[in-house]
Amino acid sequence: MTAIEIKTLIDESLPQAVIQVVEDASPQGLELEPHFLVETMLFLHSHPQLYFDSLSCITGMDNGAELEELEVIYNLYSLPNDIHLMTKVKLEKKNPVVDSLTGIWRTADWHEREVYDLFGIHFNQHPDLRRILLPADWEGHPLRKDYKEQSYYRGIEVKY
Amino acid sequence: MGLLDQKLAQGGIVISKLEDLLNWARLSSMWPMGFGTACCAIEFMSAQSTPYDMDRLGMIPRASPRQSDVMIVAGTVTFKMADRVRRLYEQMAEPRYVVSMGSCSNCGGPYWEHGYHVVKGVDRIIPVDVYVPGCPPRPEALIGGLIKLQDKVRSESIIAPKAVEKLLKEKP
Amino acid sequence: MANQIQYIFDNENLNRSEPAKFSSDDLQRDEMIINIGPQHPSTHGVLRLEVVTKGEQIVEVVPHLGYLHRCFEKHAENLPYNQVLPFVDRMDYLAAMNSEHAYVMGVERMLGIENDIPARVEYIRVLVAELNRLASHFLALGSYGMDLGAVTGFFWMMRDREHILRLLEWVSGARMLYNYIWVGGLFYDLPVGFEERCMEFVQYLKPKIKELEELVIQNQIFIQRTAKVGVLSADLAINYGITGPMLRGSGLAYDLRKVDGYSVYSELEFDVPVGKGEMGELGDCWDRTWVRVKECYESIKIIEQCLNRLKGEHQRTKSFDPRAAVPKKIRPKAQDLYIRAENPKGETGFYFRADGKSDVPFRCKARGASFVNLSIINELSKGGLIADLIAVIGSIDIVLGEVDR
Repeated sequence: MTAIEIKTLIDESLPQAVIQVVEDASPQGLELEPHFLVETMLFLHSHPQLYFDSLSCITGMDNGAELEELEVIYNLYSLPNDIHLMTKVKLEKKNPVVDSLTGIWRTADWHEREVYDLFGIHFNQHPDLRRILLPADWEGHPLRKDYKEQSYYRGIEVKY
Repeated sequence: MGLLDQKLAQGGIVISKLEDLLNWARLSSMWPMGFGTACCAIEFMSAQSTPYDMDRLGMIPRASPRQSDVMIVAGTVTFKMADRVRRLYEQMAEPRYVVSMGSCSNCGGPYWEHGYHVVKGVDRIIPVDVYVPGCPPRPEALIGGLIKLQDKVRSESIIAPKAVEKLLKEKP
Repeated sequence: MANQIQYIFDNENLNRSEPAKFSSDDLQRDEMIINIGPQHPSTHGVLRLEVVTKGEQIVEVVPHLGYLHRCFEKHAENLPYNQVLPFVDRMDYLAAMNSEHAYVMGVERMLGIENDIPARVEYIRVLVAELNRLASHFLALGSYGMDLGAVTGFFWMMRDREHILRLLEWVSGARMLYNYIWVGGLFYDLPVGFEERCMEFVQYLKPKIKELEELVIQNQIFIQRTAKVGVLSADLAINYGITGPMLRGSGLAYDLRKVDGYSVYSELEFDVPVGKGEMGELGDCWDRTWVRVKECYESIKIIEQCLNRLKGEHQRTKSFDPRAAVPKKIRPKAQDLYIRAENPKGETGFYFRADGKSDVPFRCKARGASFVNLSIINELSKGGLIADLIAVIGSIDIVLGEVDR
């Protein structure tokens, strides 16, 4: 099943959810509207023709200084139907907030915590949004493109 | 041939300097605390197990800092881990030694440039006696480093042990 | 020249860097908090577990990660594609070849050269990856036995693992972190005589795994410690994104080597062992361990087939150059790509974004199998005993390098 077919399926019940089909993506991708993210994902998860029961990976991304946007990418996979799908949502850099998917896939819990830790994207309704990799008193979100590491931590120089 | 083997052949009477006896006792039962954090810990485990058999140096790996004499920092030390490394070092009883195993704990290793969360050298947290280079060092290299440490212990003196030496240095 | 000690010691530092989730105010009557790790021999690295218990029974387990966060993704954003490979090795350091294979496949697919790779190169890749899978499973089984009190198994497995490491050292020059599989080819061809030596080793190995099976896996004490402990149903496993031997232990024959058939796995014959709940319930710790043992036999099957083909139709020729297809400049066109492959621990994935303008990935995210597999630990150990928690950790088979990256 191609991304365009999946888009038509979603459009039937959620007409505003899909913004566009992403070109140059492997596996095929869809860009979603952040406001309808949970509804769309619930649809993708439960539709009998799709049945995306596994969330492989959540990736955060900083699109650089010019675009001023962050991106969250969800890689879905359907075990019974063997379909891959890559879905994206784009968020403003000033106030990056998106709904959490922990209600649908429990695996999203740690993936979202990691994205929060490294990019500072806030997930609404996340049960336990703490830093997961870095220390709790670390400054900044290191994978943003404009990140500068702090010079000292506990008196130790961070740079070589 | 060890000290005892030499002396016992001559009627069982051992005459030695107290210093040598102490050092000999210390260096031949160095119980390491396996502070395994990363890849080097696997090589450390290899060194403990059958093919390399660290036991022949009198080394029995301990899990608790209070039972161990030498801390082998095997692997990358991150900033989050730094507090723990120091805490465990403080818990060890004197005389205590530290072997830094692998490039990561020597100087940050391959993570020196972009590794924002890697401490560039465990010697910024605790004093280190022996550095073992390699990424990861072979078990032979680790054993070589431990023999170096034994040499260091052998040359120690009870008149000015390390802790006293440090106190003397601090007072002008 | 030694550094100066710069660290400023404070007793409160521990709580500031990673505060516990629960405090004494959150506890009910008879409950207490036990901290396990990060320096603990049976947490397989620097994992820290905050365990709320009621007497001997576990109420909740909160894992704290990040003690080995080595910034893989930052390095990948700053280094060219081929120079990221050593860092990929250091992610899952027990199965470096498997992670390398996944990464290299991704870059090759982005460049569009995945069909130009010579068959001999692909077979060598699969051969070394399977050898490394054996080494990883050996360490998992050996140290799992040791966690539960069977020390002999650990020494036996380390002995046999050493043979594999020496074979791989002969191939690549390094014992653990190889940097052997390159984008578009290999570092070197196999050394002369490797096929014969490896075949000898495989014949030696078969009875040894049988021996381990009898010593540890079929041991009554081992069975009592692991059967009916940490039962994982397939539905919950999928919802948690669990892959690899853990998912197969729950009875689902889901192996990416079969499902995707990447590289030359589709041409090779092997079975996918699944848990059957022989000793207790389906999906318990014993099933997961048993799947790992059976996978060792399957890996041996694959290795034998690879060796036969490397001696037969794809044998070494004078003109064969494993670096012939290695691109001089790796600059994929702008695209997004997610690649996955079967690591000994589960699905290792890489998410790439190339911007088409530089040799450096714009973003490279690694999906660690251990990271995802570990997230289920609370579900598995809740309600059990503290001793069972150790059995559960060992059966998940985590590598902290991959958990924290």
